Amino acid sequence: MSRIEATIKNIRVVREKALIAYVMAGDPTLKESIEIVLEVERAGADMIEIGVPFSDPIADGPTIQKAADRALLNDVSMADVMNMVKTLRKETKIPLILMSYCNPILAYGLTDFFKDARQAGVNGVIVPDLPPEEAKPFLPLARKHLIDLIFLVAPTSTPDRVQKILKAGSGFVYYVPLTGVTGSKLTGKDSIQKRIKDLKTLTDRPVAAGFGISTPEDAECIGSAADGVIVGSALVKIIGSASENPDYFNELSAFVSSLKSALKPSLE
Amino acid sequence: MQLPNKKGRFGPYGGRYVAETLMPALLELEEVYQSVRRKPAFKKQLSEQLKHYVGRPTSLYFAERLTAHFGGPKIYLKREDLCHTGAHKINNTIGQILLTQEMGKKRVIAETGAGQHGVAVATVAARAGLECEVYMGTEDMARQALNVIRMRMLGAKVTGVDTGSRTLKDAISEALRDWTANVRDTHYILGSVLGPHPYPMMIRDFQSVIGQEARQQIMRMEGKLPDLLIACVGGGSNAIGLFYPFLSDDSVKMMGVEAGGMGTKSGKHAARFATGSVGVLQGTMTVLLQNANGQILPTHSISAGLDYAAVGPEHCYYHDNGRIDYTSVTDDEALAAFHLLSAQEGIIPALESSHAIAQLSKMASSYKDDQIIMINLSGRGDKDVHQVSEIMGWTGSVTGEKT
Repeated sequence: MSRIEATIKNIRVVREKALIAYVMAGDPTLKESIEIVLEVERAGADMIEIGVPFSDPIADGPTIQKAADRALLNDVSMADVMNMVKTLRKETKIPLILMSYCNPILAYGLTDFFKDARQAGVNGVIVPDLPPEEAKPFLPLARKHLIDLIFLVAPTSTPDRVQKILKAGSGFVYYVPLTGVTGSKLTGKDSIQKRIKDLKTLTDRPVAAGFGISTPEDAECIGSAADGVIVGSALVKIIGSASENPDYFNELSAFVSSLKSALKPSLE
Repeated sequence: MQLPNKKGRFGPYGGRYVAETLMPALLELEEVYQSVRRKPAFKKQLSEQLKHYVGRPTSLYFAERLTAHFGGPKIYLKREDLCHTGAHKINNTIGQILLTQEMGKKRVIAETGAGQHGVAVATVAARAGLECEVYMGTEDMARQALNVIRMRMLGAKVTGVDTGSRTLKDAISEALRDWTANVRDTHYILGSVLGPHPYPMMIRDFQSVIGQEARQQIMRMEGKLPDLLIACVGGGSNAIGLFYPFLSDDSVKMMGVEAGGMGTKSGKHAARFATGSVGVLQGTMTVLLQNANGQILPTHSISAGLDYAAVGPEHCYYHDNGRIDYTSVTDDEALAAFHLLSAQEGIIPALESSHAIAQLSKMASSYKDDQIIMINLSGRGDKDVHQVSEIMGWTGSVTGEKT
């Protein structure tokens, strides 16, 4: 069992749900991103998804697009992100997951990417524009370097596609609860809970849901069905206020704590 | 060999690099297209609409004055500028709106660069009674204002895209995001041989009517095949539309012309084959303009329709195997060609198509009198009149000439 899978399952044992926090590398700067990741961990995140900036992020809404633009103004490259993970690995043991579109990975070189990611201490990789049909060159390299390749299941995925995705991926199953890009509004939570429960009957692997989860209430509701929740845009929005909000760091920390509290069993 | 293969690949190029949310819609589109394309009822509907609504076949026009101007080969123009709405784009949108109705979707969205595709989508959507939204970079909205007005008159909502370089690439990203959110009831009418499978194949098929007609017409008029075909290449739909039916005619040379902007060494161009490399953008693996970190570079062209960082994947395949040659011409060369065709033949070409005319100017002298060069005149220049008059310093002086 991979480190990512084990982490989520261990959290499940104590009746908690995992909090996976998304942070864009290099926003506002690489140095601050490192501090942000460590603070987010201290505040309760169980895993960190580190976004690799890309100029044309077709699966992302405006919040993460703008964060990528800010990071690219700092010329943040895949090599910088690898170095960031290396630095983080000296300070933290929690699973680190890279989220990158295909093109920055291919430009870095597919073989080097997985080799260097392993050496830096990356545990998983999510590629939002890589469906399992196109993942053939990725899968053996990920396996060789013990990196989980995490695929997304969408509300539009047909049963045969769900099977295909479950077969290809490892780590956890990333369930997208809405049709839309990151940062969209979450609606119809009851039916989302049911769909997550249905998905969980098909696999032993943990299911974490993300896209549109922006409040502790969302996290609690979705977390009651899933094994974990992924929160991105809501954190990135706070980080994005860094230039005019000197208190953003504390705000971020308090927000992450509130998300994690919502994923713990109530004390009654 | 049939291209693309079942996975939508032209050799290493093409494929389907999209978010999972869109995969089922792409598979459905492929299935519906494959099941109706050969059905007599669909073919009949398509060809009747192309005939009566679009005005096909478009003429293959012998450009006598242009021929005399160059003093060499016979020059023929395939007059896609005479299509309803003013460009070849409608050949594709007529086909895709039929598929939209077949799939029972209630809304269509599109991206547009020069606005010709947006107008062609707004037109067929109006006629089908479907809701229509077109994404367009705000930079392009400014330089192709006439087409923005046309789309609005046709009942489409035109949404400006203010991200990135505010041109075609950013409009495509925004259309893909809309599609991701509304995929259940919306069809995305992509406008060029770009994006994920099945778009490059399907749009090529719809545009191949250009080459099929041209092949018959030239055989009737000259009794032989042309020696050279020239077309401009943005995504490359008008080019592949003309070239495709001639691909197995070994004697026919083909030249695709990219936007050289301010020169391929200036960094301000869209000549992908000149300085690009292989990567994945907006759903397809193709040749694109990117930096060493895989970030997509800003592009430049006088022509909004060619101002895009990636080229259609099928073009990459024919580039690699040498079947089609590719080159580029600069903004200035295209502008000179715009004026040349206007003055010589009384035809104001689109700035996109002017790139093909500019390449003709470079190549005509190396062809003999008994040879034939065919140009795809992919669109008319009405939309560019304002932009060109600004460049020429003619704006504000539309009064009678002083004697």
